[in-house]
Amino acid sequence: MAHGPSQNFFSRWLFSTNHKDIGTLYLWFSFAMFLLGGAFAMVIRAELFQPGMQLIKPEFFVQMTTMHGLVMVFGAIMPAFVGLANWMIPMMIGAPDMALPRMNNLSFWILPFAFAILTSTLFMEGGGPNFGWTFYAPLSTTYAPDTVNYFIFGVHIMGASSIMGSINIIATVMNMRAPGMTYMKMPMFVWTWVITAFLLVAVMPVLAGAVTMMLMDINFGTSFFDAAGGGDPVLFQHVFWFFGHPEVYIIILPAFGVVSQIIPTFSRKPLFGYSSMVYATASIAFLSFIVWAHHMFTVGMPIAGELYFMYATMLIAVPTGVKVFNWITTMYKGALTFETPMLFSIAFVILFTFGGFTGMMLSIAAADTQYHDTYFVVAHFHYVMVAGAVFSGTAAVYYWLPKWCGRMYDETMGKVQFWIAFIAFNITFMPQHFLGLAGMPRRYSDYGLQFADWNMVSSIGAFLYGGAQLLFLYNVIRTIGWGKPISDPQVWEGAQGLEWTLPTPAPFHTFSTPPVIK
Amino acid sequence: MLKRAKALFLGLLSLASLLFAGGVSAESATRQLNMPQGVTEVSQAAYDIHMIMIWICTVIGVLVFGFMFYIMYAHRKSRGVTAEHFHENLLVEVLWTVIPALILIVMAVPATTALLKVYDTENPDIDIKVTGYQWKWQYEYIGEGVKFMSELRTSQDEIYGREPKGEHYLREVTQPLVIPTNKKVRFLITGNDVIHSWWVPDFGVKRDAVPGLFTAAWAKTDQPGTYVGECTELCGSGHAFMPVVVEVKEEAEYDAWLAGKKEEAAGYASTIGKQWTFDELMVKGEEVYGRSCAGCHQTNGEGIPGVFPALKDSPIALGPPAGHIGILINGVAGTSMQSFAEQLSEVEIAAVVHYERNAWGNDVGDIVQPIDVLNFKQSQ
Ligand code: HEM
Ligand SMILES: [Cu+2]
Ligand SMILES: [Cu+2]
Repeated sequence: MAHGPSQNFFSRWLFSTNHKDIGTLYLWFSFAMFLLGGAFAMVIRAELFQPGMQLIKPEFFVQMTTMHGLVMVFGAIMPAFVGLANWMIPMMIGAPDMALPRMNNLSFWILPFAFAILTSTLFMEGGGPNFGWTFYAPLSTTYAPDTVNYFIFGVHIMGASSIMGSINIIATVMNMRAPGMTYMKMPMFVWTWVITAFLLVAVMPVLAGAVTMMLMDINFGTSFFDAAGGGDPVLFQHVFWFFGHPEVYIIILPAFGVVSQIIPTFSRKPLFGYSSMVYATASIAFLSFIVWAHHMFTVGMPIAGELYFMYATMLIAVPTGVKVFNWITTMYKGALTFETPMLFSIAFVILFTFGGFTGMMLSIAAADTQYHDTYFVVAHFHYVMVAGAVFSGTAAVYYWLPKWCGRMYDETMGKVQFWIAFIAFNITFMPQHFLGLAGMPRRYSDYGLQFADWNMVSSIGAFLYGGAQLLFLYNVIRTIGWGKPISDPQVWEGAQGLEWTLPTPAPFHTFSTPPVIK
Repeated sequence: MLKRAKALFLGLLSLASLLFAGGVSAESATRQLNMPQGVTEVSQAAYDIHMIMIWICTVIGVLVFGFMFYIMYAHRKSRGVTAEHFHENLLVEVLWTVIPALILIVMAVPATTALLKVYDTENPDIDIKVTGYQWKWQYEYIGEGVKFMSELRTSQDEIYGREPKGEHYLREVTQPLVIPTNKKVRFLITGNDVIHSWWVPDFGVKRDAVPGLFTAAWAKTDQPGTYVGECTELCGSGHAFMPVVVEVKEEAEYDAWLAGKKEEAAGYASTIGKQWTFDELMVKGEEVYGRSCAGCHQTNGEGIPGVFPALKDSPIALGPPAGHIGILINGVAGTSMQSFAEQLSEVEIAAVVHYERNAWGNDVGDIVQPIDVLNFKQSQ
């Protein structure tokens, strides 16, 4: 029990096997990637501020959209939730650490290499990946720049990292729960993460398969995706989306978990419908495997396939609705306060639901013929991924940061950041619905004059939203360095769960003796 | 009535952003917010179901968010309430699972009918093959012997801000697709290199143009006019620069147009034999270059290092004409340098080869005639 973290900076962080230190590494890495991906987004929005090519060339523009998507999905959002899982799961289930601490170290430390490789392609001859984050063949194979091989290598490393992280989470939750912590007593965050981990283990190999087939097509003359050699470019899309649709739930399920922790705390009332939440999460995860081709409604599938994927997609609304109703009913007849984490969580519920509405619209194949690959889709997935995943990640940091470092963040600054982020987010993405409906396709480096107004509005919103993140960074650093010290284990009046029984700040080693579960 | 309510709804949605936009630009008269109703049965069906969905979502949204705002007002701690402790209620949980499921089942009916319309591609009056190229479209009137490329007409100077942007910026092409009113036109869509996607919002037609595959879509309208669409599948750096323009003409007018096209194809043969002068070819070549080549090799012929090779000082442009012509005719496999044999006429190929050999300080000085190109083609 006696030993704490190594005093040597390098051995502490490089060789760490401690779930908190690794969680911290993940979180900082993800924030760095968030800023990098955000910088790419700023380049995109600056170029789209006005019609015409002002700042960059179309070649570079498509590299920016591609890198923005890849970095945000694989570098910012996914690692952020792995970081939260590392920090919180042992504390929530009464375990001393993660089950596989060395693998934990490895799964983190390969990530920076993956992104260094990926980003370095921007400086190579031929430029970075320029085929969109969905990298459809043959644009990403026959027609790709040579640097695509680095991209493939990077994706493999990210996949390996995610699979290791997931195995660790599954092993921890299955084996290290404190006595009495039955599955149906686990906090929602733990539940959503276990389900996410199973999704990851199932679909990351599919992604690896897709990029490996690309690698073979490019370098070894096979033609999986090349029509001229008997292959099929559409096959690529099926394989990609078999990974890709579960992937979007991999992103959102842990976010569901986070708000399911926060809303009860600030409502001072237990989560409504716990067991239906668990079942809803599991059914969403199951459904996510059987709807993938809703991303391919315009590819010319036979009508039977099209109808099936439409009906299956519409079904997702049912369990998703259950979750939303549960969160709202949790607030009903509670005693609400609106600290920063709660503000972000409420915004999550509203804006995510809005994204769910547009998701419902997209699921109607005949209407999707008009929406597909326009800014309407861009708006849809930013409502679910930014106002969903990113807002909930921000809420999580504000919620648990005082526990982690024993210092309180500046509440006023947090609220200011919230309101700027909330307003700027809507200024950025609400007009994109109109742009899409009016006919502006996505991934366009330039556009006709009829789209000029809303693009300008959207760009202004984006710059503002970007600025709000710097405020966030400042608030976090200020808290860690100079925040008001606190020592109450409870931190929040209404907080429930094992993590709040630990001292504040959380000790280096979590539960050395198993806690007693009532 | 419905229209006004719709406008109101969209207006409300955009309230925050609208306030902003007011300051940005007050004039733009036709700022479209909603999906177009379009001019075909399919686009109307898509629009109708889109509006049904908007209304369903609006009603649910008002109820759910309304309730939420009520809670946020009424059950706040600062009003002195104490929290209750219930956390289950089987009845409401069953209700809010079953009711949405029922709504979905009801919705599935119009969704299915609308989709059946999209797929109703049988028994067309006219078949047109649409092929996506990096970065232009080719239209072929099957059985008519008429085939042409349709490329962006907006100049690089407008795009790069060296000239003011015209009214039809990025919405104008060299030759629009022309179809008649009141005929069922079927589009057979495919790709030549990468995947593109052919979209005409006013027809409710969007189909991916996949190499090695044909997808079908159809349109029938009684409203003549010009309809503009876009490429909607990322197809490389020129993705934003390959609009779709369709002209719908009254039947008689269409027939005259088609006859003219056929004649043009026949009359063209005579220009091939003509001897062109150096300067004539330079003028024609510059025009072709700007349209078909500058997108990659750049107006100054310097290309983009590592992506698109330079033509200025390139050994091919300075070498024997046959090699240069060969590359245009056959393309370079596995790169975005496609074969232009189908896309450019002999005159155009000769002119552009001639231009590339004699522009930007390349000074071969010889003359490449259309007949040379024809001979090259025939010798292959
Ligand atoms: C009610 C739930 C949802 C439904 C019914 C739904 C439906 C759809 C459909 C049909 C599309 C394809 C649109 C098109 O390309 O034409 C789509 C795109 C997308 N959705 Fe959702 N969605 C839902 C929730 C989510 C969630 C929770 C996320 C992630 C957090 C998400 C992320 C995305 C992304 C990233 C895309 C675009 C992918 C791309 O093409 O780049 N969606 N959604
Ligand atoms: Cu999906
Ligand atoms: Cu395109």
